[in-house]
Amino acid sequence: MIAYVLRRLLGAVIVLAGVGTIVFVILHLTGDPAAVMMPPEATTAEIANFRHQHGFDRPLVVQFATFASAVVHGDFGMSLRHGEPALALALERVPASAELGLTALLLALIIAIPAGVVSALRRDSAIDLLARVAALVGQSMPVYWLGIMLILVFAVQLGWFPSGGGGGPNHLVLPALTLGLFSMAKIMRLTRAAMLDILGSDFLRTARAKGVGSMQLIWHHALRNAWIPIVTVVGIELGTLLSQAIITETIFSWPGIGRLAVQAIADRDYPVVEAIVILSASSFVALNLLVDLSYAALDPRIRYE
Amino acid sequence: MIAEAAAPARRSFVRVLFAAPATVVGACIVALVAACALLAPWLAPHDPNVQNLGLALRPPAWLAGGDGRYALGTDSLGRDIFSRMLWGARVAAIVGVCVVAIGGTLGIAVGLLAGYVGGAIDSIVSRIADMQLAFPLVLLAIAIVGVVGPGLWTIVATLGITSWVQYVRVVRAETLALRERDFVAAARATGASPARIVLRHILPNLTSTISVLATFEVARAIILESALSFLGLGVPPSIPSWGGMLADGRAYLDTAWWLGLFPGIAISTAVLGVNLLGDGLRDALDPRRIA
Repeated sequence: MIAYVLRRLLGAVIVLAGVGTIVFVILHLTGDPAAVMMPPEATTAEIANFRHQHGFDRPLVVQFATFASAVVHGDFGMSLRHGEPALALALERVPASAELGLTALLLALIIAIPAGVVSALRRDSAIDLLARVAALVGQSMPVYWLGIMLILVFAVQLGWFPSGGGGGPNHLVLPALTLGLFSMAKIMRLTRAAMLDILGSDFLRTARAKGVGSMQLIWHHALRNAWIPIVTVVGIELGTLLSQAIITETIFSWPGIGRLAVQAIADRDYPVVEAIVILSASSFVALNLLVDLSYAALDPRIRYE
Repeated sequence: MIAEAAAPARRSFVRVLFAAPATVVGACIVALVAACALLAPWLAPHDPNVQNLGLALRPPAWLAGGDGRYALGTDSLGRDIFSRMLWGARVAAIVGVCVVAIGGTLGIAVGLLAGYVGGAIDSIVSRIADMQLAFPLVLLAIAIVGVVGPGLWTIVATLGITSWVQYVRVVRAETLALRERDFVAAARATGASPARIVLRHILPNLTSTISVLATFEVARAIILESALSFLGLGVPPSIPSWGGMLADGRAYLDTAWWLGLFPGIAISTAVLGVNLLGDGLRDALDPRRIA
């Protein structure tokens, strides 16, 4: 178990080092921050001065070595635009994104899992058909379009919720719904499929024959065995949620890390982009490890070597 | 002889596939999108790029102020929305097909290699796949488009190359399992070369898995392309695309809702069609369900 975790952590370090290198290379290919950050009337000398000040005039290999050794110490450098430490700037935005992402996921789970279970139990009933059609449609709608339509109906026409910005729970409703719906559809379909598999299995028939009550049968015998596929898909969803959040936060002007990322890329604010990418890659890797470790807790037959 | 023997089996597969009404609906939607994509120049009543500011922001024909010549209304530059939607199907079809062709070829080749050869190659491939999965795709796409500049083929290449990882995971895992099977051992014993074993014995056994995956990847590519176009990083405005139309329409949400509604319905319907077809394909190819 400990050896397994250590091996996975070593793998994680390699992955993060790779991601850091890729983002450095891509960013330094995208062009010169001086061209974006300096006013158009800046003289050649001023631009050269800016480049020198931030070290962009040094050879790429030297820049990379400086970058790598600083990052290992948790220092991503100063934001070119805001003049603050890049990592602090990114971390500042994490709570808002976490609030949005977790609300979306929670929303998806509390609707999708019961819907999936009921759908499987009442297979081919009207409820099942309705849930399946809703899930299919939900999975086919692009996140950003759903966001726009929700704004159109609930913000512009009905005026129930604000169309964007951060703030109280009111501001959270539309973006969380937008972000949650896609995962909801996926989790519901998977829960249904997993439950159908298990409902047809021998041990469940035995339990039913022994007279186990239907609620207990579902929660204790059936759903427990469906957890592994559900947890797996939730882990994958959390990963894509990060990508989807970039779009959702842009549409709803949500003050999270996704919007900061889009802005930082537009500004060629290298240190901030690097900090964000490493942060999101780290959380993805950590989540995956947690998901894999949770398998042993969910199914005692699983052992790690 | 072989062809004759295979024919009844194929016909029964088609029958199984289209026995489900949902699959028929999906196939019809996909056929409709394909027809729009192919016939856009002949079907479209107007040139999709002709601007007519005097006719800007006309509502759909059935609403007050609508113009019979513009069935779904006009956009902020007076361009016909219906014609632009037909041409938009072209972008969606190109993206869907080309992205899957690029990503599938790359992913299947690397997956077969990693799964069959194993060892150091497998470790390296798995690590690179992990890296890419950890890298938010939208950020990666924004960065690549930033380097190369926006354009239809930039998007196709970006989405194609980055989608390899979806195939690699599946193909590698299945190849690892197939490698140990008796028929592969038998082929090896008869002196078949590794290339022959992989191409003639392992790859054919992956066809059903890959075809289901590829179908869902078409849907994913269409959604991602429209999302990137929506963020202003996709197809340039001179080429009508559904995502680009949505992006244009966003500014007019409170006055001209039809700009945002119709392209979104087009994307959702096309993706729904592909998803239905993928579901049907998966069910029909699953031996447990045929039995």
